[in-house]
Amino acid sequence: MTTRYTKDHEYIRVEGDAGIVGISDYAQQQLGDVVFVELPSVGKSLSKGDEAAVVESVKAASEVYAPVSGEVLEVNSSLEENPGTVNEDPAGRGWFMKIRIANPGELDGLMTEEQYQEFVKSIS
Amino acid sequence: MAEPARADEPLLKTPLHAEHVALGARMVPFAGYDMPVQYPTGILTEHNWTREHAGLFDVSHMGQAALAGPDHETTARALEALVPADILNLKPGQQRYSQLLSEEGGILDDLMVTRPAGEEEKGYLYLVVNASMKEADYAHMSARLPQGVSLVRGDDRALLALQGPSAEGVLQRLGSAAASLSFMMSGWFDVAGLRCHVSRSGYTGEDGFEISVKAEDAAALWRRLLADPEVKPIGLGARDSLRLEAGLCLYGHDIDATTSPVEAGLLWSIQKRRREEGGFPGAARIQREIRDGAARVRVGLKPEGRTPAREGTLITTPDGREVGIVTSGGFGPTVNGPVAMGYVSRDVSAVGTDLHLMVRGKPVPAKVAAMPFAPHRYKR
Repeated sequence: MTTRYTKDHEYIRVEGDAGIVGISDYAQQQLGDVVFVELPSVGKSLSKGDEAAVVESVKAASEVYAPVSGEVLEVNSSLEENPGTVNEDPAGRGWFMKIRIANPGELDGLMTEEQYQEFVKSIS
Repeated sequence: MAEPARADEPLLKTPLHAEHVALGARMVPFAGYDMPVQYPTGILTEHNWTREHAGLFDVSHMGQAALAGPDHETTARALEALVPADILNLKPGQQRYSQLLSEEGGILDDLMVTRPAGEEEKGYLYLVVNASMKEADYAHMSARLPQGVSLVRGDDRALLALQGPSAEGVLQRLGSAAASLSFMMSGWFDVAGLRCHVSRSGYTGEDGFEISVKAEDAAALWRRLLADPEVKPIGLGARDSLRLEAGLCLYGHDIDATTSPVEAGLLWSIQKRRREEGGFPGAARIQREIRDGAARVRVGLKPEGRTPAREGTLITTPDGREVGIVTSGGFGPTVNGPVAMGYVSRDVSAVGTDLHLMVRGKPVPAKVAAMPFAPHRYKR
C-alpha cells in the first residue's frame, strides 16, 4: 500500500486499482477548523487536476483537486455531518473519496511520503 | 488546494506582537500589520470561548486619535461637519458609533467617537478608526478641521478588547472600577495597576470592554488579563465570525465609499437632530434615502443546509433575477450553520424572502434573515 501526494496537498492511498483521496495533515492544519465539505457524486468521472471537492474552513473555501484521473467509486458522506473529522484524522476517517485509477502511470508524477515531507519543509 | 498568497512588503507590528508569537499564534498580514489569525486551539474554540467566557483581542492596529479643541461644542461641531451622528449632545464619557462620509454620502470609514469624561480633557473627542483606513482618515479630517481644532495621533497607545460574559468579572477581580461602566460609556480607570482609558463596547455582540493603554504597558496588561482562567487570547479569525454573527459591518466589505449609512442599515447611528438638520457630507442623498427608501439595502441571509456563501457570492431570486451580492459570509459557530450578509434590491429585502445564493455556480436556497444572527448581550 503506497501513498502519493500532490503539490496541492492532496494524498491518494493506493489500494489495488483504486485510491483513497484526502488532504494531508499539513493541509488540514493550514486550513484550520473544517466546517463543511462538498463531495462529488459517485460515478463522476474526473481528470487529473479537476476540482473534485471543496473543503470549507471557518475562514475560506478551498478546492480539492483529483490527484489522478478516474471514476468516483465512493465518497465519505459521514463528512457531511462531521466535517471536523478532516482535522482530527485526515489520513484515516477524514478521507474524501475513493477513485478508480484510470491510468496508474499518473501516480509516478506524484510525490512519495518522503518527497512530500521535504516539500512541506521547503514551503513552511 | 491553493496556497495562501504571501505578502513581501514589511509588516508593522503591534506592541503585543511578541506575545502572540510566544503563544504560538499563526500570524498573517492584515491591514499592513503582522497579526494573529488564530492561536493553537483554533477559530471554533476561540469563538465559542468568547461567547461563553471572555476573549482577549489585540486591536492595537486600529487607529487611536483625538480631536483637540478649546471646548466640547467647538470640537463636536468640527466633527459633525464630517459625520452624521449627534456629537454635540454626547454626555461626558459617552461613546457613539459613526461614519466619516464623502460628499456623495458614501462611507469613507466607520469609527467610534468618545467624549472623554474628565475636566482636563475638555474639548477632546477620542476616535478609534480602522487600521486599513487610518492614514486616509487622518488626512481627510486634518484637511477639514477648523482653526483651533487639531488631530492628535495616538500612535503611542495599544488597544485591547476583552469580550464575553465573563469580562465584567475579570475586571472586578483585577480591582478595576471600570467593571461598573454601562454600555457605550467610558472613563479613565486603573486596570491591574495601569492607567487605562476603558469603554464598555466592542465588536462581537457580547458584553465587554475596550481598553486603551500606553504601548509600553500593553504586554503587562495583556499578561495580567490572560492570567485570569476565564480569559483566552482570540485571533482575527474568530473576531470575524463573532462580528458577522452579531450582524456588524466590516469596513471594505459590508460598507465602503459606495454605500450610504441608510443602505447599510445604519440609520440607528444617525440621531434625530442630524436627520432633520443635515449639515454633514452627503446629507441630501441620505435625507432622500431616509424619506424615499434606498434602492438596495443590507440584509442578513441564512442559507439552507451547510454550504457557506462567501463574500462576492451572487444573490438571485428563485427565478434567476440578479438582485444583489454577498458582502460577508461564512460559518457561524454559535448559529452552528452558515450565515451571510449582503446587499439586495429593496423589493426582495423583507425578512423571510426566499432567495438563491450562487455558490460555485449552483443555487443554494436562502432566506432573508433578521440580524443579529446571535443575540446581542450588551449590558446597558
